[in-house]
Amino acid sequence: MLDERKPCLRGRGLTKVFGLGRSKTVAVDHVDFDFKEGEVISIVGESGSGKTTLAKMLLGLINPTEGEIYFQGKRRDISSNRKRKAYWKQIQAIFQDPFASYNIFNKIDSVLLDCINMIGGKRLPHEKKVEMMAEACGFVNLKYEELTNKYPFELSGGQQQRLMLARVFILKPKILVADEPTSMIDACSRATILDMLMQLRSEGGMTPIFITHDIGLAYYVSDTVYIMEKGRFVESGSADDVILKPQEPYTKRLISDVPKIYEEWDLSTV
Amino acid sequence: MNRVILDVRGLTTKYITRYRENVYAVDGVSLQIEEGKSLGIAGESGCGKSTLALSLMGYYFPPLHYTSGEIIIDGINISKMKPDDVRKSILGREIAYIPQSAMNALNPTQRIINFVEDVVQAHDSSVSKKAIYEKAKELFESLGLPAEVLHKYPVELSGGMKQRTVIAISVLLLPQVLIADEPSSALDVTSQKMVIKMLRNLMEIGYIKAMIFITHELPLLYNVTDDIMVMYAGQIVEKASAHDAVFDPLHPYSKGLMGSIIVPEEGLRSTKLTAIPGVPPNLKNPPSGCRFAERCKYAKPECTVTAIPLREIGNGRAYRCIFPEDELRRMYAKEAAQHA
Ligand SMILES: Nc1ncnc2c1ncn2[C@@H]1O[C@H](COP(=O)(O)OP(=O)(O)OP(=O)(O)O)[C@@H](O)[C@H]1O
Ligand SMILES: Nc1ncnc2c1ncn2[C@@H]1O[C@H](COP(=O)(O)OP(=O)(O)OP(=O)(O)O)[C@@H](O)[C@H]1O
Ligand SMILES: [Mg+2]
Ligand SMILES: [Mg+2]
Repeated sequence: MLDERKPCLRGRGLTKVFGLGRSKTVAVDHVDFDFKEGEVISIVGESGSGKTTLAKMLLGLINPTEGEIYFQGKRRDISSNRKRKAYWKQIQAIFQDPFASYNIFNKIDSVLLDCINMIGGKRLPHEKKVEMMAEACGFVNLKYEELTNKYPFELSGGQQQRLMLARVFILKPKILVADEPTSMIDACSRATILDMLMQLRSEGGMTPIFITHDIGLAYYVSDTVYIMEKGRFVESGSADDVILKPQEPYTKRLISDVPKIYEEWDLSTV
Repeated sequence: MNRVILDVRGLTTKYITRYRENVYAVDGVSLQIEEGKSLGIAGESGCGKSTLALSLMGYYFPPLHYTSGEIIIDGINISKMKPDDVRKSILGREIAYIPQSAMNALNPTQRIINFVEDVVQAHDSSVSKKAIYEKAKELFESLGLPAEVLHKYPVELSGGMKQRTVIAISVLLLPQVLIADEPSSALDVTSQKMVIKMLRNLMEIGYIKAMIFITHELPLLYNVTDDIMVMYAGQIVEKASAHDAVFDPLHPYSKGLMGSIIVPEEGLRSTKLTAIPGVPPNLKNPPSGCRFAERCKYAKPECTVTAIPLREIGNGRAYRCIFPEDELRRMYAKEAAQHA
């Protein structure tokens, strides 16, 4: 059934090598994938396995060393500024370190106004823009009145992460790449944020791609899970198959390393 | 009952901001930890976990101020001591604190061993470098850390290794109590497990006598600590054994937190995470009644009238809610039946 869905992002032999010679790092090593529209995807791996590097290639922030990315069935072309901008209307990101994701000189209003401009709302009357910003903040449980005139770095980590979601709410991208979207926030707000993301997905037909080392999170949210080890996908499939019946030792280890509440957590493996 | 290592009674501390506002981040906290036991502190961001940790050391500097209460570590009442004496004879020796982002605080231009020397000599300048090295080597090796780490610079170590190094250094002076504030939250699952194993090891071999472990990840606390204390808006709202806190929470807030647990175990996909709506109250001006009432689906008008005391219900259990224990359980059971 999944296979009848329209293709969204496809990768063939995608590779990224940093550095040269002896200091060469193959961060992403010939990965293949087929993400379908509306499917919830997770990419799981330990620190340094290449997740963020892959995310940056998907976003077009860095160029692959080798391999191809296909977007909606066609070879992705972001060779000019205009094409790149058009691509970014369709794909957006929430990043690991929310502090690094904002320009520190821009106030929160301008972060959100930029989004409104990006979706072609530049000429809307000011009241309408304020209304849109307030609605987006309300969606993520932030109070617009309390944020206006503040800088992003004046917010707590959790608030910054929610501000990023408010941007997503305005932009309504086709694809959302969420790199450790909940690592900075507490378990309670994590549930809230996951709820919001899933709501955006069902209302806006968004395809979320979660990037995480938390295999529990991946299991909870996704349809399809890709397990990444040293730049390669070593296992993939439906969340139930991969998490409940893992084949690879690496996947088994990732699962066994997460603290559980029903099963014994075996500390002797490390 | 075993010997009580840490005994805290009615501790209240506050921040005084630049605008002379009071932020009551720790409000009337009492807790006891017996020898050989560990206590977990849970609660969402901003509820005062780190402030409590800082306050427990009895060493206050602006904007944090002591208001009232007592802290007794192994019989010594440190709340009555002068700051200088606390710094010299309590910090690191009686109680050690690993702050939330400790591993990033290691001086990048210093080898680990030089840092270790600084720590030891700050307390006793007569110890020779050779003696320090021998001691550190022994400690590191007993904790499963290779002694070569001592010769490295922080950048040469992975995140997990750095964090374990920081923990080892913090117990160099054999403190009675170790407070670890989110020691593993920034690490991936494997490194996290190594950190936990090391902390448990410290308790088992008796390097430390009691531990406080702070994190918002309940499955982690469940696996690490004997008891769990849930904080909300500066106050304790529930105290229970780790098992009861996770499987039989009483306070509606703790109940809500348990609903946000994510573990890769069968059945997770079919349960829906329950997000608690709304945000915690502003601690500059907390509500006079129950602080959680605004977000509580069971709240009734009486909840917001006067401050709710912490109810002790035996076996070390306590919770702060006007509903009696059996009524809470009834409400939860009814709800569970509706969902099924
Ligand atoms: N700009 C860069 N230059 C050189 N090496 C890099 C660069 N970015 C990443 N790497 C290397 O590529 C590998 C993969 O890094 P990446 O950040 O993609 O991992 P990750 O899976 O996102 O890890 P984490 O879970 O810690 O975020 C690592 O070995 C890293 O050191
Ligand atoms: N230096 C400060 N001045 C004024 N208020 C502060 C200061 N530091 C913290 N606070 C406030 O005190 C409260 C408790 O903060 P604290 O850092 O103890 O929370 P926490 O439970 O450790 O949160 P987290 O899970 O995010 O680490 C918060 O409302 C915070 O805004
Ligand atoms: Mg990353
Ligand atoms: Mg904290």
